[in-house]
Amino acid sequence: MKFTQVFKAVATAGALALMMVGSASAVTLNLGNGGEPGSLDPHKVSGDWENRIVGEYLEGLVAEDIKADPIPGQAESWTISDDGTVYTFKLRADAKWSDGVDVTAQNFVDAFQRLFDPKTAAEYAYLQFPIKNSTKIAAGEITDFSQLGVKAIDDKTLEITLEASTPYFLQALTHYTAYPIRKDIIEKFGDQWTQPGNIVGNGPYNITEWVPGSYVKAVKSDTYYDAADLKIDEIMFENTEDLTAALNRYRAGELDILTDFPSDQYQLLKDQYPGQAHVAPFLGVYYYVMNQSKPPLNDVNIRKALSISVMRDVIGPDVLGTGELPAYGWVPPGTGNYDGAAYAPAWSTEPYEQRVEEAKALMAAAGYTPEKPLKLQLRYNTNDNHQRIAVAISDMWKQIGVEVELFNAETAVHYDALNAGDFQVGRAGWLLDYNDPSNTLDLLKTGVKGTDGVVNWGNNYGRYSNAKYDELMNQASSELDLVKRAGLMHQAEALAMDDFASIPIYWYVSKNVVSPKITGFEDNAKDINRIRWMTKSE
Amino acid sequence: MIAYAFRRVLSAIPIVFLTITVCFFILRLAPGGPFDGERALPANVLKNLRAHYNLDQPILTQFFIYVGGVLQGDFGPSMVMEDFTVSRLLSIGLPFTLMLGFTAFIVGTIAGLVAGALAAVNQNRWPDYLLVFVVLIPLIIPNFLMANLAQLIFGVYLGWLPVGGYRPGSYINLVMPIIILAMPHGARVARLVRGSMIEVLGTNYIRTARSKGLGAALILTRHAIKPALLPVVSYLGPGLSYLLTGSLVVEQIFALPGIGKYFITAALNRDYGLVLGTTILYVFIILALNLIVDVLYAWLDPKVRLN
Repeated sequence: MKFTQVFKAVATAGALALMMVGSASAVTLNLGNGGEPGSLDPHKVSGDWENRIVGEYLEGLVAEDIKADPIPGQAESWTISDDGTVYTFKLRADAKWSDGVDVTAQNFVDAFQRLFDPKTAAEYAYLQFPIKNSTKIAAGEITDFSQLGVKAIDDKTLEITLEASTPYFLQALTHYTAYPIRKDIIEKFGDQWTQPGNIVGNGPYNITEWVPGSYVKAVKSDTYYDAADLKIDEIMFENTEDLTAALNRYRAGELDILTDFPSDQYQLLKDQYPGQAHVAPFLGVYYYVMNQSKPPLNDVNIRKALSISVMRDVIGPDVLGTGELPAYGWVPPGTGNYDGAAYAPAWSTEPYEQRVEEAKALMAAAGYTPEKPLKLQLRYNTNDNHQRIAVAISDMWKQIGVEVELFNAETAVHYDALNAGDFQVGRAGWLLDYNDPSNTLDLLKTGVKGTDGVVNWGNNYGRYSNAKYDELMNQASSELDLVKRAGLMHQAEALAMDDFASIPIYWYVSKNVVSPKITGFEDNAKDINRIRWMTKSE
Repeated sequence: MIAYAFRRVLSAIPIVFLTITVCFFILRLAPGGPFDGERALPANVLKNLRAHYNLDQPILTQFFIYVGGVLQGDFGPSMVMEDFTVSRLLSIGLPFTLMLGFTAFIVGTIAGLVAGALAAVNQNRWPDYLLVFVVLIPLIIPNFLMANLAQLIFGVYLGWLPVGGYRPGSYINLVMPIIILAMPHGARVARLVRGSMIEVLGTNYIRTARSKGLGAALILTRHAIKPALLPVVSYLGPGLSYLLTGSLVVEQIFALPGIGKYFITAALNRDYGLVLGTTILYVFIILALNLIVDVLYAWLDPKVRLN
C-alpha cells in the first residue's frame, strides 16, 4: 500500500468517526433552574422551578406557546357551549404516553378526581375550582367522584362542565393542576411513581435522572406528537440555589439559561454580557399588608399617610437596582381580561414633598408627630432585598412621625404570623397563578366563616373587609360579558385602593439570563418559557 | 480495649434517645410549621395534610409514632421533599457527604501536617513566616467567599476547573469543593502541628538526642513526631465531624447532592422528619468518631492506656 492510500484510508476513517461523534452528540440545554424540586407530582408541586420541570414531562389539554399563551396541546380542538359552561375537548389521535400507551380522556378524568380528592391535599386545587362540584368534593361534602364536572364521552372526547362561565378557564387549563396522570402507574408505585424508572409522562421530555440537591435530567420523548420538531435533545435542570455561584457557572459557559440572578450583578451583566440579561414585566405585585383588624391601622387616614409617603420610584431603580416599576394599584399591568385604564390615584402624580406634607397632616390629626411618633413593627421574611426595602421605607416613614421597628424571621415563621394576624405591617408578594385580574383581586375579599365558626381569611392577611367590594367581585364572577366584567373589577380595585387596603410597592419583573446560543426564548408576563420552542447553536 | 469500646457504645444509646426527644419537642415548639409558605393553604387542604403526616394527633402520640418508626429504621416522610422518604434522601446523600468529608479530611490533614512541620523546623525564618501567613487566610476568609473567589479565578478566568455542578463519576467536579472544604481544616492542623512541634523540639530529650549526635531528620521522625501529634489527634475527631457536618455551604454553592444542606434548609422549612433524621445520623457519626479518637489516643499515649 502506498503512503497516499494509507493516508486516504486513515483520513476517511477519521472523518467517519467524526461524523458519528457529531451525530451522536446530543444537544443539551443546561438550565439554571433555581430551587430543588420538592416533588414532580403535578398535584403536589407549587414552585415555578417545579413547574419548569413538570411542564416538560407532562402536557395538558391546552399547552403554552412561545409567549406562554394557550394553544392546543393534548386536545387538538374544543368547543364551548353558548353559556360558557360546557367545554368539549377532542384529544389528538397521536397523543401518547412515554411508554407507548394512548392518552385517553379517562386519564384526565382520573387526574381531576385525584386533584380534588381530599386525601391528595393538593395545594393548588383551588385553581380548578370553576369545575362543577369540585369545591364540594375537595371539602369532603361530596364523596361520589363521578359527580365531578369532568366526563369521558369516549376515549378521545372529554367534557368539562363548569359551575359558571369562567373567562380565564382555558388559561387555567395550561396550569399543572390540569395535567393528566396515569392512575395505573400511581397505583403500582405509590409515592415513588415520580422516581426515574417509574415515571411516565406525555410531554416533550422524559425524566431520566434525579439527583436531589444537584440536578434533574430529561431527554426527548420519541412518543411526543411533536418530537420531530424538538431541537433540544436533553435538558439538565441544574439546582442553582446559590445565585452568585450560578452566575459564575453561566459566565464559564456551564449554564445556558439562568432563571434568576443577583440584583447587584445586573450592572456587570449589562456591561460585560450585553443583551443577555432579560428583565421583563412579570405578573406579580410586591406589597406591604397592614393589619386592619386592630388599631392603629384600622384608621384609613393612617393607612393613607403610610401609603402616600412611600417614594416608590426609587425602589426599583435604586434600592433593588433592577428597575422594577412602581405600583399604585392592585392588578399588574398587562394582566389579561382587564380592558380599561389602569388605576392611578391622583396623589401618585403629585410631587413627593407635597405628599409628605399631606401625610404629616394626616398623622398629626391622628395625634402623631415626629416628636411623638407612632410605633409600628414592620415584619419581613429574611432576605437581603426585603431588608433593603424595609430600611428605605422605614426611613421614609420617619419624617411623617412613624417609628418603625424592623423584625425579620425565616419564611415559615413570617407567614405563620401573617396568617395568624399577629403583626402590624408585613411584607408580602403575589405572583399571578393565571392571567386574570380576579387572581389578585380575590386576595382582598372578606374571609369566610367556616363550619367551626372561625373566619378563614386565606391570603387576605390584612383582613381588609368591605361589603361593597365583595359585592362587586361577586357580580364580576357571574358576568359573562368580558368588558362589563372588567368594568366591575376596575371599580372594585379603585374602591380597595382608595380604602388603602394595602400598600402596593412595585410590580415584579422576571430576571433571566439567556446565552446568545439560545433562540426561542421570548420574555413574557408569565415568565414561562417551554423548551420545545428553543434551539441551541454551538 | 474491646470491653472499653463496648461500654462506650452502650453509653451512646441514652445520648441518642435524649437527642431525639429534645430535638422533637424543640422543633414543635418553634413557631411556624412545614405548611406555612408564601400562600395560605385552604383550611381543608391544611387539615388533610396535617392528618396525612399525623400532625393532628396529640404531640405525645406523634412522638411515640416517630420513635417507634425510628426503632424499625423508618425515619418517616419528608414534608417538603414530598416524593422521598427521609431514609431515602439520607441514603442518597450520605455516601456523597462522607466521601466529600473524608477526602477533604485526608487532603487537609496531610497538607496541614507537612506545612506545620516545615514551619516548626524553620522557626522564625522566612518559610515559617510565609506559612504562618498563608495558613491564616482560610481561617479569616469565610468559605462561601473563598468558594466564590475560587470559582471566579479557576473556573471563569482560567478555565482550569468546572465551576460547579455534579455528574456521577466525574471527579474533576469535586476538586474545587474538596480543596475549599479542606482549607480551614488544613490550616488548623498546621497551626497545631507547628505549635506542638516547636514545644517538643525544645524539650530535654530532644536536646539529649541532638547532643548524642543524631541527625535532624532522624530526630524528627523517631523522637519528635509522635509526641507532637498528640494535640493534633485530639483535634482530628472534632475536625472530621466538623467537615462532615459543615459541608452545607460547599454543597449549596457547588450544587452537590450531599446531606449537609438538609441540616439547615430542613430546619428552616420545618421539615420535622428530615431535621430529626439528619440530626440522629450526625449524632451517630460524632459518637463513632469520638470513640475512634479515644482509642487512637490510648494507642499514642501510654499514660491514657494505663489510666
